[in-house]
Parts: sequence; C-alpha cells; structure tokens
Amino acid sequence: MDIKVENLTKLYGVQKAVDDISFVVKTGEILGFLGPNGAGKTTTMKAIATFLLPDNGSIYIGDNDAIKSPQEVKKHIGYLPENNPLYTEMPVIDYLRFVAALNNVPKQNIDERVLEMVKLCGLRGEKHKKIEELSKGYQQRVGLAQALIHDPDILILDEPTTGLDPNQIIEIRELIKKIGRSKTVILSSHILAEVEATCDRIMIINKGKIVANGTTAELRNRSQGNEILIVEIEGISDRDTVYTAVAELPNVEMVDFLENESAKLEIQSSDAKQTKKLIFDLCVKNNWYLSQLTPVETKLEDIFRELTLN
Amino acid sequence: MKKTWIIAKRELASFFDSLMAYILLVLFLGFSGLFTWILGSDIFFINQASLQAFFSVSYWSFFFFIPALTMRLLAEENRSGTIELLLTRPITDWQVISGKFLATLLLIIIALAFTLPYYITVANIGPIDHGSVISGYFGLILMSSAYISIGLLASSISNNQIVGFLIALTIGILFHIIFGVLASSFSGSLSDIFNYLSLSNHYQSMARGVIDTRDIIYFLSIVFVGLVSTEAVLKRKRM
Repeated sequence: MDIKVENLTKLYGVQKAVDDISFVVKTGEILGFLGPNGAGKTTTMKAIATFLLPDNGSIYIGDNDAIKSPQEVKKHIGYLPENNPLYTEMPVIDYLRFVAALNNVPKQNIDERVLEMVKLCGLRGEKHKKIEELSKGYQQRVGLAQALIHDPDILILDEPTTGLDPNQIIEIRELIKKIGRSKTVILSSHILAEVEATCDRIMIINKGKIVANGTTAELRNRSQGNEILIVEIEGISDRDTVYTAVAELPNVEMVDFLENESAKLEIQSSDAKQTKKLIFDLCVKNNWYLSQLTPVETKLEDIFRELTLN
Repeated sequence: MKKTWIIAKRELASFFDSLMAYILLVLFLGFSGLFTWILGSDIFFINQASLQAFFSVSYWSFFFFIPALTMRLLAEENRSGTIELLLTRPITDWQVISGKFLATLLLIIIALAFTLPYYITVANIGPIDHGSVISGYFGLILMSSAYISIGLLASSISNNQIVGFLIALTIGILFHIIFGVLASSFSGSLSDIFNYLSLSNHYQSMARGVIDTRDIIYFLSIVFVGLVSTEAVLKRKRM
C-alpha cells in the first residue's frame, strides 16, 4: 500500500509547520525522515496517521483519502507517536489485548496475536508487569508491539529508537528492516547513522519544506559537487614543488597539506576519477612514491548540516 | 457500540486499579449511610419510611464526587499523549467519549446498587412508597449522567486534572445552586428560564416520585450538549 502526500500544508497560528510538501512512499520501502527539531517531521507524521487535520493538501493511503475517510485509513496504519505514550498503569499483556480489540483483531485471534507480538518484540519476561515498571527500552518495545499488533500495511514510527541502548537499537533496527520488506514504513530519527543503516530512501525536511529526497548515494552526489581525495606522497624533499605541481593539474580546485610534517594532501577536485589518474601520472613522472590515494565520502552528517543550516 | 464497550471496560478497570473506585464507594456509602441512618434529619428523626434523606445526601455527594471521577478521563490522555494513540485507531471520537461516559455512569450505578440494602431495610420498617424510591434512583442516575457529561467536557479542555476538576465544579455549581438562586431573585419570564435551568428543581420533583418527561428531556439535553461539546473540543485540538 502506497502513501501519497500532495501539497500538504499545516499551520500553527501563522507559522507554517509544514509548507506545501509532496512525496510518495511505495510498498516495501522504508523512508527515513530527517530534519532538525521543529522542522515539521512529527507534524507530517501526525497528519498521515490521521491525528492532525492539515490546512491544505491531501493524503492518500492506497486508494483511500486519509482526510475524507479516516476510519477506513486508520485500519491500515500502525503508529508509534513521538515520546511513546502508553497507559502506564496497565500490565503489558492487558494493554496489548486492549489495542488489539480496538484494531478490530477478531476476538478468537487476540490472544494468539498478543503472544506473537510479545515474542517478536522480546517482551516475554515482562508481559505481566505494569508498563510503568518497565525500563524505557522495554516500554519502547511495547510501543512497537502496539503499532504492529493488527499487522498493518503501513507503519509510521516517530523516533522509534530514542532511549534505547546500542544493543537494543540494533535489535529494533533489524526488526524494522525485517517487517519493512512487506510493508510501507516511514520512520523519523535524529540518528543519521541509523537512518542510513535502516532506510532505503532518505528525506530531509527543513522549516517545513523538503530539502532533499533520495537514496544516500544520490544525496551524496547531489550535495557535493567537489569530490575530495586524500593523497600521501613519500620520498619528496620539497613540499612546495609538490604543492604547485598538484595545484596546476586540471580539475583540481584546492590543495591543502593535512599535517605539518608529512606529505599528506587533501585535494578537492571537480572530477575525482580523472584527477586520480593525473596524480598518479604526475608521481610517476617525478619519481614520487604514492603511498595513499583515498576518495573521501561525504558523511551524511555533512549533507544534513549543509542542507539544514542557513 | 462494540468499540464504545471496549473503551468503557478499560476505563472501568482503570477506576478500580487506581483505587479511585474504592475511594468513591467508601466515601459515598459512608456519607449516605451516616446521614440516612445516624445524623441530622435521619430516618428515625423524621419517623417516616422514606428515603428522602438518602436522596438529598446523594444529590450533594455526587455533585462533588463526579468531577473527581471525570477530571482525569481526558485531561490525562491529553497530558500523556495517549489520546493520539486512541484517536489514530479505527474508532471515532464519539465512541471514545461515549465509552468514557458509560464507564463513569456504570461506576455510579455500582455505587447506587450498594445502597439497595437501605431500601430493603426501610421497606421492612414501615410502608414505603415504592414508586418514589424507583423514581428517586432514576433521578439520581439522570443527574449523574448530566454531571458526568459536564465533567468530560471540563476534562477535555485542559491537560491538567485539577483544572478539569475545578471547571467541572464551576459549571456544576451553576446548575446545582446558582440558577435556582437567580430564579428566585428575578421575576417574570427570566425567572421561569432560570427555574427551568436549575437542576435541583428537576431532581427534587423526581426524588419526590414525580416522573415528568420534561425533567427527563432536561437531563438528557445536558448530557447531549455536554458530550457533543466534548467531541467538538477534541476535534478542535486536531485542527
């Protein structure tokens, strides 16, 4: 089931929380939703989950209009809101039963479904405890279990890994990946590495607008016109000769020595492929030993900062 | 209806889990028992086999207890954010509200059921007017419904339970006393209007054994307006 968002706008007073955004998420795709705090991630997710009514635009879940027929759409959505609100005074198993009944799980299947979720989310030892007695990590699992209990086609997870320890983060990530194969998933996160590891596609939103949308590879290509090479040359007496020789190569835009003593250079070029060849040829011609020639990948952090800092 | 019941069951269980239900039962039975049998113008004092004393005590106790029961119903959901979980499930706002309404009303009915021994005892002491007792209980249930819907509305407005409690008491006191006072200090049609709005008039005629459709319509209108306004407040929060 696809999610189609068209020209979504949401105002809080006069401030535009979400400003005319459109995107599509296809079945089997995991979309990572990135952006600084207050960029409009949560608002967008709330609107898709039918909690907030947008001021403008439309949202389609499959063929159903989420604004006109929310009751139909809600059946297909599993939602984990920000901060994972739960009825903390309830025991885990009672809570899951309650959510299952609310989600139209047939009565005879409820127990079976609840046990399945308990197993899937690793809650077996905690199922009879009250939710308030659980650690934050386990509470997060309960939140995930309630989102998955009716086997929804669409999963909307607002920061699903906050408060988890590194082991749990990896577990939850694997779980989302596994589930995500057959479902449409939107997840938001502050942890860039997590989005990179889990998601097929990344969407960066800033001040209510989409500033980037694509796979990590695509984002890298687009954001960084110049590519960076780290080059180390041994067996040279004069650093200045090297510097001028390299700087004179075509395609090279900037050269900089990395460390004071060694001959390690950072070279920014408009076309790394060609520059590599030219550097190699240059070294051969001058009898320099080329001991390192590494292309530097732009980190997702850098892309994020570049797109969201003004 | 099924969804309403799912919500009601959870709320009712939550009343008992949080001890709220037990506190209400103990206090209500304590107060009503005390004033019906032991203190003030109790049954032995007025020397009549009637439950008038019980009905006037209940009238006041429910006025205070019901806001205490309803104050957390929506305020707590607003505060913790669970309202978001609830309203994104395949359930309408109306079902959520009516479920919560039903749970509180059931708790009140449970409390009233515990007072049936009073009725049985009095009926054994002397000749009791069965009609007026039934009408009195019916009046209490209608009055409670009105205050529950007011309490729900108050609870939906704020994220804070205490604010919910105070708003419910403030609206409640209008119906409970102020409209009656205003009715007696004005004359003519204004007095008639306030007289009609005053809840105690409608309740007292029922407690005396008169079931009038006008009274029933009065209570049901408060319930209806209260619940519909609550729905509007919930909708407003999602705009």
